Amino acid sequence: MPALFPLHLAVALDGTGWHPAAWREPRARPLELFTPRYWVDLVAEAQRGLLDFVTIEDALGVQSSRYDGPDGRTDQVRGRLDALLIASRVAPLTAHIGLVPTATVTHTEPFHVSKAVATLDYVSTGRAGWRAQLSRPSENSHFGRRDIPRLRLEDYATPEGQALVAEHFEEAGDFVEVVRRLWDSWEDDAEIRDAATGRFIDREKLHYIDFKGRWFSVRGPSIVPRPPQGQPLVTALAHSTLPYRFGARSADVVYVTPRDTYDARAIVEEIRAEQHSAGRTENVHVFGDLVVFLDTAATAANDRRRRLDELAGSEYGSDALVFTGTPAELADLLRDWQRAGLSGFRLRPGAIPHDLEAITRALVPELQQRGLFRTAYEADTLRGLLGLPRPANRYAAA
Amino acid sequence: MSKPRKQIILGAYLGGVNHHTVWSDPAAGSQIAFSSFQHLARTAERGRFDFFFLAEGLILRERLGLIFDQDIVGRPDTLPVLAALAAVTEHLGLIGTINATFNEPYELARQLASLDHLSGGRAGWNVVTSFGAFTGQNFRRGGFLHRDDRYVRAGEFLATARKLWDSWPADAVVADRSSGRFVRDDSVGAFSQHGEQFDISGRFNVPRSPQGRPVVLQAGVSPQGRDFAAGSADAIFSPYRHLPEAREFYQDIQARALRQGRPAGSVRLLPSASFVLGDTEAEAVERHREITRTQVSGRTAQILLETVWNRDLSGYDPDGPLPDVDPDPDAPLVIQGRARLAQDPHETVANWRALAEANNYSLRELAIHVFSRTEFIGTPAQVAERIDSFVQNDGSDGFILGSHLTPTGLDEFVDKVVPLLQERGSLRAEYTGTTLRDNLGLPTPNTPASAAA
Repeated sequence: MPALFPLHLAVALDGTGWHPAAWREPRARPLELFTPRYWVDLVAEAQRGLLDFVTIEDALGVQSSRYDGPDGRTDQVRGRLDALLIASRVAPLTAHIGLVPTATVTHTEPFHVSKAVATLDYVSTGRAGWRAQLSRPSENSHFGRRDIPRLRLEDYATPEGQALVAEHFEEAGDFVEVVRRLWDSWEDDAEIRDAATGRFIDREKLHYIDFKGRWFSVRGPSIVPRPPQGQPLVTALAHSTLPYRFGARSADVVYVTPRDTYDARAIVEEIRAEQHSAGRTENVHVFGDLVVFLDTAATAANDRRRRLDELAGSEYGSDALVFTGTPAELADLLRDWQRAGLSGFRLRPGAIPHDLEAITRALVPELQQRGLFRTAYEADTLRGLLGLPRPANRYAAA
Repeated sequence: MSKPRKQIILGAYLGGVNHHTVWSDPAAGSQIAFSSFQHLARTAERGRFDFFFLAEGLILRERLGLIFDQDIVGRPDTLPVLAALAAVTEHLGLIGTINATFNEPYELARQLASLDHLSGGRAGWNVVTSFGAFTGQNFRRGGFLHRDDRYVRAGEFLATARKLWDSWPADAVVADRSSGRFVRDDSVGAFSQHGEQFDISGRFNVPRSPQGRPVVLQAGVSPQGRDFAAGSADAIFSPYRHLPEAREFYQDIQARALRQGRPAGSVRLLPSASFVLGDTEAEAVERHREITRTQVSGRTAQILLETVWNRDLSGYDPDGPLPDVDPDPDAPLVIQGRARLAQDPHETVANWRALAEANNYSLRELAIHVFSRTEFIGTPAQVAERIDSFVQNDGSDGFILGSHLTPTGLDEFVDKVVPLLQERGSLRAEYTGTTLRDNLGLPTPNTPASAAA
């Protein structure tokens, strides 16, 4: 059965891949993790596979296998560069692929994040996005300015825990709202360079956003003119109702982690319901997140994953489904999940470069053969690749 | 002369949010498109400049509650532009102005260390603070910093950033496959800072960057500012452009640095400057006259004087005499978001009145005279000679050059003046190092001992 429409593919870049022992693979480049060449190569590979975009993980703390702080381990990748600056560094050397760094919202300034993503959109000529993420509690002491109760993972299900989580996502919602308003705070034609009247801008086309909220107030306008895409892409990872609500209200792409087709369908329905009740009519993509170990023979993929588990000392687990198998089998799964309502996927390569290349050089051709994926880039902007229109400016007179 | 010839340090800045940048010129390009920044940076690198410099402003300027519209308005965010420029240049240092008031050390230190990694050791930071409520309207904390605390904030911020940059030993990342050891020990990145401005601790998450510590720039003229800059900066903006006072400042800074225990020659002094070239001196002077008249229109002249008068001067004829009223420094600010002149406004106005009377200047002519800051006007040979002699006589160690024209204004300087400076042996013909510290002739800071934690 042919697909109704092509699916979208993103790849999630993090260190040498998502398996904690991936840096020990023969082809891994762990000593180059903090060099620009490494990231340029990875994104170029993703672009060779015609992917919609890459995401780049980030956090304001050192990686840890524990949720609540450093784990004392020395056998896994530790340290990372600022994701937005990696994306900016890569931007002039790529031409088509979207660049979606992570930036946290708990300790950062919406004004700074807004102008940084807007500028990424300028240096990439319309290919910028952003993954909004809450900080882990262990990052609080790095800033020392907020007294945020330290939730343990097991506290999340309690009513107090849920109330606190709800608050965090409300703040995240306010954060995205401010970022978006700042992007719109200049109308597209605000710069007029009118020599006759001596005016560089028409100040009537710049707008104070005057956001006043519980956590912060921001006046605006931005110091950066409206970015090429108007609204760069906002994305968020979500695992349960509260973040689904945040994603449905605030994001253009929500990454979710279904275990199977039924799960995928239920999650999509829940997000659509949240979107509906928020009165949001524009297209919101729901992408399935999967960790992937891919080889042309399923046994090879299994062996590789087992070998990495042995090096790591424990079996690899993830918030997302871990797929181990052949590109053709993965293509089957993506097709099934697409029919369940997902419009795309964010694949997390288990090991880089192996699984990244398996995506770009084996999975992509497999999907193309089935008519499920593009055979050339069809748009100049990230929104364009995702079929999202350039939005009208909320402040512009109709 | 027994003294060895100094190598001139050259920086290039992209003109921006002020009246110096002439947006109405048909050749004026975009102030926001990356192609403009790329053109200027590559031109500077072609001219063997030491670095590219970006200014910052975190709020749009206002006049009587309305956003400025007569000058350039808007600019990109500093660090993403510098990171992108790292992709299209190889040797050029990349220095950005970043505010220490509305950032936090953990986030900014990691951004600067990341830029240093992503540029192979070419990152620099011009540390500024802002105080007062106006800029604070765009940030979580509002305008929290008192004017008197600005050096406290800057000093503790910088000290904390350096702690963070030093928190990973240079050899911390091992990535030894056979032993399975990625980092040398589990304490990498450990830091704590318990001070007046910051009470933070934990683990920094960026390994030590190629320069160890990005290059730090500072500006400061007051005794407090001079001491802070002399004690902690690698390079200082000098506001003095006339040789006698510039030499005095130069010697004062070097003496203050020595008194604070720094080795001789560890601080570079760099005034910003602009230039106008001509085939003959007369042609350059005429071109300069035209440019300044474009820069300072009648309306711009009124606004420039308003920064001192702190009164609405729009009713005064730009071609008439200076306003006959006194300045009103205690009234609510007419102009917001623009650095104010430090002098006493009454004294400044008295001096200007005398100047206007002696030269028969109109309001606009006075504004042109006092707000023009074009230092080098002449033939390429004259300009090369003046730059070189200023530096060789210790007026400074070089200049940060900008042009009234974005982004091509520097082209003719690189084509015509740079070869003359190279012929004089005062400017490198080729880059010899890879980092910004190499360009500036600054030592790489000692790497902390591996055992330190």
